[in-house]
Amino acid sequence: MNEYSKKILKVPTVTFVREQDQGKQPVLDVRNLGIDFGGLTAVDGFNITIGPTEISGLIGPNGAGKTTIFNLLTGVYQPTRGSVLVNGIDIKGMPVHKVNKLGIARTFQNIRLFTDMSVLDNVKVGMHNDIKCSFFESVLHLPGYYKAEKRANQKAMELLDFMGLAEFADTKAGSLPYGVQRRLEIVRALATNPSVILLDEPAAGMNPSETTELMHQIRRIRDTFHVAIFLIEHDMNLVMNVCEAIAVVNYGRIIAKGTPDEIRTNPAVIEAYLGKEEGDANAEG
Amino acid sequence: MKKLNRNQVKNASTYILVTAAFLILQVLSTQGKLNSTTKGFLVPACAYIVLAVSLNLLVGICGELSLGHAGFMGIGAFTGIVVTSLLAEAVPNGVLRLVMGMIAGGVLAGVVGFLIGIPVLRLRGDYLAIVTLAFGEIMKNVFGNLYLGVDETGLHATLKTEGLTLAEGGKMIISGPRGATGITKLSTFAIGFVLILFTLFVVQNLINSREGRAIKAVRDNRIAAESVGINVTAFRMKAFVVSAFLAGMAGALYAMNYGSITASKFNFNTSINILVFVVLGGMGNILGSIISATVLYILPEAMRGLQDYRMILYAVVLILVMLFTWSPKMKDIISVVTDKVRGVFRKNEKEAAFHE
Amino acid sequence: MKIIQYLINGISIGSVYAIIALGYTMVYGIAKMLNFAHGDIIMVGAYISFCVTNYLGLPVVVSILAAMAVCTALGMLIEALAYKPLRGTPSLAVLITAIGVSYFLQNAAQLIWSSSPKNYTSVVTFQPLRLAGGQLVITGEVIVTIIASIVIMVGLTWFTGKTRTGKAMRAVSEDREAAELMGISVNKTISTTFAIGSALAAIAGVLLCSTVPTLQPTTGSMPGIRAFTAAVLGGIGSIPGAMLGGILLGVIETFSKAYLSPQFSDAIVFGVLIVILLVKPAGLLGKQVQEKV
Repeated sequence: MNEYSKKILKVPTVTFVREQDQGKQPVLDVRNLGIDFGGLTAVDGFNITIGPTEISGLIGPNGAGKTTIFNLLTGVYQPTRGSVLVNGIDIKGMPVHKVNKLGIARTFQNIRLFTDMSVLDNVKVGMHNDIKCSFFESVLHLPGYYKAEKRANQKAMELLDFMGLAEFADTKAGSLPYGVQRRLEIVRALATNPSVILLDEPAAGMNPSETTELMHQIRRIRDTFHVAIFLIEHDMNLVMNVCEAIAVVNYGRIIAKGTPDEIRTNPAVIEAYLGKEEGDANAEG
Repeated sequence: MKKLNRNQVKNASTYILVTAAFLILQVLSTQGKLNSTTKGFLVPACAYIVLAVSLNLLVGICGELSLGHAGFMGIGAFTGIVVTSLLAEAVPNGVLRLVMGMIAGGVLAGVVGFLIGIPVLRLRGDYLAIVTLAFGEIMKNVFGNLYLGVDETGLHATLKTEGLTLAEGGKMIISGPRGATGITKLSTFAIGFVLILFTLFVVQNLINSREGRAIKAVRDNRIAAESVGINVTAFRMKAFVVSAFLAGMAGALYAMNYGSITASKFNFNTSINILVFVVLGGMGNILGSIISATVLYILPEAMRGLQDYRMILYAVVLILVMLFTWSPKMKDIISVVTDKVRGVFRKNEKEAAFHE
Repeated sequence: MKIIQYLINGISIGSVYAIIALGYTMVYGIAKMLNFAHGDIIMVGAYISFCVTNYLGLPVVVSILAAMAVCTALGMLIEALAYKPLRGTPSLAVLITAIGVSYFLQNAAQLIWSSSPKNYTSVVTFQPLRLAGGQLVITGEVIVTIIASIVIMVGLTWFTGKTRTGKAMRAVSEDREAAELMGISVNKTISTTFAIGSALAAIAGVLLCSTVPTLQPTTGSMPGIRAFTAAVLGGIGSIPGAMLGGILLGVIETFSKAYLSPQFSDAIVFGVLIVILLVKPAGLLGKQVQEKV
């Protein structure tokens, strides 16, 4: 990691940090982030700081640039302006897999599982950098291989059990129901030992009871693994109940930041969601 | 871990089947039940099995289409020939010499695979396919014009058309378009069998490890694989190099079975044939590759009695098999038939579903 | 003066590659498949025209038309029997089937016409053009080939740009599902593409064998691979790309044979391809498609 500048923040612009995390280094510190596609500015002036155990949300109308922001945070896109610091390290120019190693994991809006592999193997792929087993140990099946595999199986089963997916361990990931696939993506992200997890519409396609279950699980993940969670979601019930802080984007810019209560009553947010005339409606629409 | 057990059973059954086939053929051979033509098939069949399994690692497991596998086979073949002929006096034991030749061939093929992999593996899909095709043709072209000989002053090589002039008592090993001649036939069926076992060991172990999972993950979803911290290029490279290494070993085995061999053997058609073995055997299915390489190698040879018609029949069989196994309509028809069969054997229904 | 001579010869052989490459590129663009049997259609076309002239004693024009007719029918037949049932399956399955078809055509040709090479009489009868006091010789074949390729190029550009069928082809190549929803018959369009590609292959076969008069069942393989390379070089799926790639390949081949090394022209051509793809991964005129995350 030495080849990347280790810029530890002097004065974090604390916005999304819980009380107990005050003074600790934020897991995610984004400054003035922006990207242009051709002549089109997709994201601009995006600032956010997320503390080590924060659950925060990113909301906004369709096409506001939410997924683009996730792609910028994970190194899929290189920003035109600004910087992203994961655990204090600038990800500028890093390939996606190195950004992940810094402690940022994600799920995808259009589920991206390893469909031809078993559920257990999907999780073990997530543990890729955690499994200490050299190429030759693998190819020759030396004792180190069996030790590493045993540990990996154990930990993967624990993670699956945690999300209530243990029964599916041997099933092909592609044949799972939609809601289960979404949860498996979360397990896979967790398996990379992240300090912050980005969830891109985790409740999309879930029925109300699954969504309620998911809300509990998101909190349990934070409390058990002490990770920060940053999620994009259209289900306002989930966002307002789970998130401790919310950022609202529209046309690639943050239009509001604050607690769920502040967001609910923010006129700019209501306008973005419902248009100008219906100023009295609430943001949940 | 039910899953792990099932994998282990699958792996073990592959070893057992291969060993059984070897023992049966070996017994038949020692009893004189095999004619010389059949015996002549044994070593090339072993080489093609190894080539098919190694290509399956690349095409089936890693999901990269390669049309230049014969190029690596050629590197292994010519390296093996040179190394064994240089060691002719230093290592009198033929088996040991062949093994050294195969290892040298494999290593050089692997190194070349690594070197061309650095730029080439940035490409994907059909573009990677065409570049590997180009690589195979370049290799064929280079070997077809390589003159290599040895005399008391050492090893000499040139790519010039006028060839080499060696000191008295020198020996040409590779003579340009005429290829390598005067090869000592060191390959035996037993060594071929051992190479198959080695290949199975490497490939199956690899598939069921951290490395193999990463390779499969890259195939299934590259973007997701990156997102969980897998260096996609590194793992495509690993699959590519291992595949080239095994193909190189197989090439050495193949070449040392003949008295002479030319570069034109390692052409596009050979690459395509190996690919056909892989696809018909089933993508990612190792045992399938072994069976299809054996059957498809023997089939045209066995049909020699049909003379001119054999290759056209082979072509028809190939097309029909593809249509029957892949066509959606055919799949429907087949599933209707199997459903009926299942209806008759109701008792076995559970079992059948388990196998699906 | 020599260099101009080589350039002209290179453009001529490149034009043949380009005509073949057009067939590859159109089929790839629309059916998303590598049709490895395309090279063998060339061979069939050359044999048909050979038979019509030599055995039936009919004029050259008739032999070319016959070759085009047979190849068109053959191309459509192959598509209907071997490729259509596999539509929507992994491209590798179709690729292997195409290889099977290629084997079939080569071996069928061997059964019908035997493997011994036939001496193809050039379809071009007029005298070579001698310029610059005889230093520059442009053969009739070269002139005809270059003119033919220009006519085909202009014709195809007009066809895909202006006609209803041509527009349908572009639509299918852009987005098959959307085209289908707009009422375009995908099956018909793909069939038409094969027909055009195969007719072009017949012309390429006649031109190729007029320049290189040996005709045997494997005649189409190497030019086929070369042309495929040319199509990729220019950017597979792009019609001007195929033309550019073909001519570039022909020129590089001729120049490397003349100036660098006659026996390494293959290695040089394929080496250039690799280098170009590394710099421009989608070929010279191809579009780079970014996967959406």
